[in-house]
Amino acid sequence: MGEFLAGRFNEIAFASVQHLSLVAQSLVIATVIGVGVAALVYRNQAASSLANGVTAIGLTIPSFALIGLMVAPLGFGVTPAVVVVVFYAVLPILRNAVVGLAGVDPGVVESARGIGMSRFRTFWRVELPIAWPVILSGVRISGQMVMGVAAVAAFVLGPGLGGLIFQGLSRMGGAGSIESIVTAVVGVILLALVLDLVLVAIGRLTTPRGIRV
Amino acid sequence: MSDTATALPQGDESQITGKSIRLEGVTKRYPGQTTPAVDGVTLEIPAGQVVMLVGPSGCGKTTTLKMINRLIEPTDGRIVLGDEDVTDIDGDQLRRRIGYVIQAGGLFPHMTVAQNIAIVPKMLGWDAQRIEERTTELLDLVSLDPDTYRDRYPKELSGGQQQRVGVARALAADPPVLLMDEPFGAVDPITRQRLQDELIRIQHELRKTIVIVTHDFDEAVKLGDWIVIFREGAQIVQYDTPERILAEPADEFVESFIGSGAGLKQLNLRRVRDVELREAVTARPGEAAADVLARVEQAKHGHAVILDERDRPIGWPSRRQLSRLTTLADAVDETTPIVGQDATLNDALDEMLVSSAGAAIVTGRRGVFVGVITVEVVMEAIRAVRDAAGDDIGGAPVGTNAEVTQDG
Repeated sequence: MGEFLAGRFNEIAFASVQHLSLVAQSLVIATVIGVGVAALVYRNQAASSLANGVTAIGLTIPSFALIGLMVAPLGFGVTPAVVVVVFYAVLPILRNAVVGLAGVDPGVVESARGIGMSRFRTFWRVELPIAWPVILSGVRISGQMVMGVAAVAAFVLGPGLGGLIFQGLSRMGGAGSIESIVTAVVGVILLALVLDLVLVAIGRLTTPRGIRV
Repeated sequence: MSDTATALPQGDESQITGKSIRLEGVTKRYPGQTTPAVDGVTLEIPAGQVVMLVGPSGCGKTTTLKMINRLIEPTDGRIVLGDEDVTDIDGDQLRRRIGYVIQAGGLFPHMTVAQNIAIVPKMLGWDAQRIEERTTELLDLVSLDPDTYRDRYPKELSGGQQQRVGVARALAADPPVLLMDEPFGAVDPITRQRLQDELIRIQHELRKTIVIVTHDFDEAVKLGDWIVIFREGAQIVQYDTPERILAEPADEFVESFIGSGAGLKQLNLRRVRDVELREAVTARPGEAAADVLARVEQAKHGHAVILDERDRPIGWPSRRQLSRLTTLADAVDETTPIVGQDATLNDALDEMLVSSAGAAIVTGRRGVFVGVITVEVVMEAIRAVRDAAGDDIGGAPVGTNAEVTQDG
């Protein structure tokens, strides 16, 4: 095992950075999409229910199948990997954003409007900051979840630690195959922990003291 | 001029910073409802006065209030602020010029007290220094120490303090008009009474035009210069001064709304500062009790008021208590019945009954002793209110649901 790590250190380090980068960038895109869609639907009961239904169903689609389906329209490489990771990442963020925005005290919104804040300003300066801790917990759930999904991206020759898993699986029984898989799995777990710590830190920094729990 | 609820736009009008509001045939019809929520309300709200909108829940009083700042857009009718027709101007711009306070203050939990207050001035493009000065001034106005409270978050404040900040935020850009929707509904009775007194004091200083929605008739009597009583569909049943509504309710609906004890409620109309107070024998801690007792007996009084070095009353011993003492202590006697000058006669009477002395000590600014109020004084005031209510008052503002024809 030690020999395996020492021998392929550069490759593993590179794959790890790539993996984290894929997940982090996808999370940013997913947060923008999730909050954006939530902003469109959270005032409307029917639209909110629809969004929740879509997220529930979306989460049941096997990621391996979805990424396979992406090959036809998007080919191989980074693009299908990002699309699939973003898709899964959006779901918990959207759900939490709808819950968070709908949970903002109507009295607070009314007084924002009552003192002359526009619809947009009310959303941006009042509703979004108040809902932010709930949205951010959705981002953390997404982060944990898509760490694993991102490993599957190697199937379409995407970046990340998934490559080591597929290499190991394809040479099952061969020299270093188990080491390869174990390294990738442990790497994914460690990256997930690191990402979660970073997200907690971001949460501390971006949540105003007045609404910290 | 007197500063009671009877205050009519007489006296010094130059101090008035408020603007009049006129609703002309304002109607709100919600889709799918056969009867309008608000039906052709025409209402004149005089500048610098406090007008209370009262009525049972669902009568349309809140809808009427929210149409003044167009939080709810009227289906029909005109809204005129001062001389300006504001029915069609940008709603957000309009609302920046009208203070708005809701139950529990509606503060933004993620902003500090200072940030909450600064919102409207910021939108209006004030510079940082001016906003800072204004925040300090406003916190002083609502009796919150600026240095202590400026950087606190709403969750670190009591309900009453949040409400005060809500009022400060509404007044931030010095709007001529203040709208309040059940402002004191979410606080305990003692805090409510204090906030009401505070609002009266603030209004005394600022002379804004204030419209307050409440379902509490006693609150309406206490705070209002004028009271509008609504029934379903925002039908105006009576629009008059509190005195006249209590003395001559328009119909049975108003009578039932006033409830029992209309006579006692008149005590809410008069404030301690409006009645003539009795003098009292005063003494300082450390004086010989026998000397003080001699002075009390000479003045034919029953008690002596002990004042501390800043003239605040700390005790109120009776003749009997004085005869048992040798020197006067400087300890504060918590049971001393004390009322402020802004308290209503109702509050004063309450204090007297609790203390069983048949009188109470009155304090003015900074708790300085000003006199003594007795049950006899209260009785006299009731008689005066009754007599005054019979007089007809000219210049009463208009309030109807009828179509009004007006030039222009």
